Amino acid sequence: MFWGSRKTIDMNYFPDEVLEHVFDFITSHKDRNSVSLVCKSWYKIEKYSRQRVFLGNCYSISPERLIARFPGLKSLTLKGKPHFADFNLVPDDWGGFLYPWIKAMAKSRIGLEELRLKRMVVSDESLELLSESFPNFKSLVLVSCEGFTTDGLAAIAANCRFLRELDLQENEVEDHRGHWLSCFPESCTSLVSLNFACLKGEINLASLERLVARSPNLKSLRLNRAVPFDTLQRLLIRAPQLVDLGTGSYVHDPSSEAYNKLKAAIQNCNSIRSLSGFLEVAPCCMSAIYPICENLTFLNLSYAAGLQSNELTKLIHHCRKLQRLWILDCIGDKGLGVVASTCKELQELRVFPSDPFDAGNAAVTEEGLVLISAGCPKLNSLLYFCQQMTNAALITVAKNCTNFIRFRLCILDPIKPDPVTNQPLDEGFGAIVRSCKGLKRLSLSGLLTDQVFYYIGMYAKKLEMLSIAFAGNSDKGMLYVLNGCKKLRKLEIRDCPFGDTALLEDMGKYETMRSLWMSTCEVTLGACKVLAKKMPSLNVEIINGSEQTEFNLDDRQKVDKMYLYRTLVGHRKDAPEFVWLL
Amino acid sequence: MEVGLKMGFEETELRLGLPGGGDGGEVVRKRGFSETVDLKLKLSSKQGSSGIDPNEEKMTGLTKEKNLLLSATDPAKPPAKAQVVGWPPVRSFRKNILATATQKSSSDESGGEKAAFVKVSMDGAPYLRKVDLRMYTSYHQLSDALAKMFSSFTIGNCGSQGVKDFMNESKLMDLLNSSDYVPTYEDKDGDWMLVGDVPWEMFVESCKRLRIMKGTEAIGLAPKAVEKCKKRG
Repeated sequence: MFWGSRKTIDMNYFPDEVLEHVFDFITSHKDRNSVSLVCKSWYKIEKYSRQRVFLGNCYSISPERLIARFPGLKSLTLKGKPHFADFNLVPDDWGGFLYPWIKAMAKSRIGLEELRLKRMVVSDESLELLSESFPNFKSLVLVSCEGFTTDGLAAIAANCRFLRELDLQENEVEDHRGHWLSCFPESCTSLVSLNFACLKGEINLASLERLVARSPNLKSLRLNRAVPFDTLQRLLIRAPQLVDLGTGSYVHDPSSEAYNKLKAAIQNCNSIRSLSGFLEVAPCCMSAIYPICENLTFLNLSYAAGLQSNELTKLIHHCRKLQRLWILDCIGDKGLGVVASTCKELQELRVFPSDPFDAGNAAVTEEGLVLISAGCPKLNSLLYFCQQMTNAALITVAKNCTNFIRFRLCILDPIKPDPVTNQPLDEGFGAIVRSCKGLKRLSLSGLLTDQVFYYIGMYAKKLEMLSIAFAGNSDKGMLYVLNGCKKLRKLEIRDCPFGDTALLEDMGKYETMRSLWMSTCEVTLGACKVLAKKMPSLNVEIINGSEQTEFNLDDRQKVDKMYLYRTLVGHRKDAPEFVWLL
Repeated sequence: MEVGLKMGFEETELRLGLPGGGDGGEVVRKRGFSETVDLKLKLSSKQGSSGIDPNEEKMTGLTKEKNLLLSATDPAKPPAKAQVVGWPPVRSFRKNILATATQKSSSDESGGEKAAFVKVSMDGAPYLRKVDLRMYTSYHQLSDALAKMFSSFTIGNCGSQGVKDFMNESKLMDLLNSSDYVPTYEDKDGDWMLVGDVPWEMFVESCKRLRIMKGTEAIGLAPKAVEKCKKRG
């Protein structure tokens, strides 16, 4: 009677299941967050249908509140320590513990299926509890985590009956050389992805072979250094369907039978698109992989310290379809030239220093980068450790590649000027931000003044993450960034002359950001206290470099390290003694 | 000016940290690099904030800073840079892997803890030779070198092809039954072994001397190898 006269149809007339079905198509976290704000009914439907949650800072909310908010949670991503913890700037025991999350989810009978962690402290106890509490658990991805041993892995292997993915990337794992691999029961045939490249200890090779043999869906396999050449060859015979391979030890006598067998086995692996490993490598054996090179889209040789530039370039010649390349700087500028002329589809390049302890000696310079920019116009993501950089080179790069989303430049001498003109690199980076309108992440190095921050504030409108070290002259620099970069989410600063004025100018800004890190800057304890008092929605943490039990009351002192982040739950309860929560 | 003030203040500045010298010392060390950075900032801020013009003062300033860096530590090594915590920004995991790799390769280059010279004798040759096993990275390279060394003495099938054939297990039986030559070695325990059974590194560690003997004489050494061949069929 009524609805016949309506001109439009009210979405709320549809039953909940229909709306839920519609919401299924909305996968991005941002969009789902927006959906939940429309009205109460949408909030409710979205809340119960939300399965995937991403928490960029595990302290922004408590496990209990998260579970109450999203009781249908199936997939959780958590990040713990601040990014600079990767570079030893955050003491051990700072925080980021997984256990409370597992405990809370187990207690509430959450049907957890996937857990992705970055920079978290993961204990064996938490892995054991995880393996026992979630019968449908399928996927565990740990990146840059620590605190566990192979015993924890054994529990996962033994108890997670439907495990599909166990992906360990660059974790510090205490290796008890136990038989964790043997703990996968014979009935486990569901593995799709197995990556244990970061483990340092011996592996039961026979168990590994049997496991691979009974995993017909295995697509990704990354081995550790303890897996020898012969085993690799046998594994490839059992798993020719692999899409992603990480070799273990790749050292053998090229005139031997085993080597010939490997060559034959590799030829059969037509699906491999991604190749990594080579933690130990004999250059003379690389020709065995040439046949699969032409289909590779991702090649990671950044651990292959045994390969010299000529071997690398010989290999690259075969990789015409490469989209992502991670390599060591021993490839040299000329080698990068070969990459530029061969890999026309290249989107992401990471060049790591082969000798990260000797700051004087990177083998690539601005020349290599210019060649790459000229040859690879699709390049959108860069991490480049180099000996030096010039403004002219950066301006050229900016002209050639306007699609950068991530641009991270690390000159090994962090305050090195343009060696040709002796100028700071302000103009060069200015050109990058002006030209790359979609830039989301930027890391600076080299001699830099406030001017570069003026450019960043002016042009980097989409910038979300900025890393600054040894740069700038005054508070103006930091203020340019805070005022200009409207989309800024993460700002991390070390060893810059930014102080209280910059910190306190616009305190509300930090509520629009995930976090701010400042270490060895000019910020005083007093200013931090002011900020903490005025902004209850922020946690302001002071990390002391040294053990101290006494709270020193002098507000004029400069703080060594400050980390602040927005949060819904106030002070965390698990902070160690050396972290002061203001 | 504030920066200038800071420079003098540094020594007496109150810091977060335990009172006492040791800790203060540590903090100073940590700030070692940034102190020099501060110096640089002081110099460049003198130019004013309107932009940097290359001029005499600045050039001198940079040289001054370089000198400071160099005088601070041994000029032969890269200075305080290497001691800056967290720079270059490389994950410790990666640093550790590359450190092990560099150690390994530099020890290879320098010949390891010591060069591994061993005597090489060949049946029928009038004199012995010596080779440094650490000059090679595989059996293949060693066999090439031995072949070259003894090429003037060989009759028939020894030389590189013969030794290569030896590496090929399926030809092993033919070789052992012929009068061709077979490389053997004496290991740490004093036993005579067939070359090629163990990984290269293990061989280098345990080999005390090499003997290239006639195939027929080597049968006695090869029960293990013979069994292996039988297994493979």
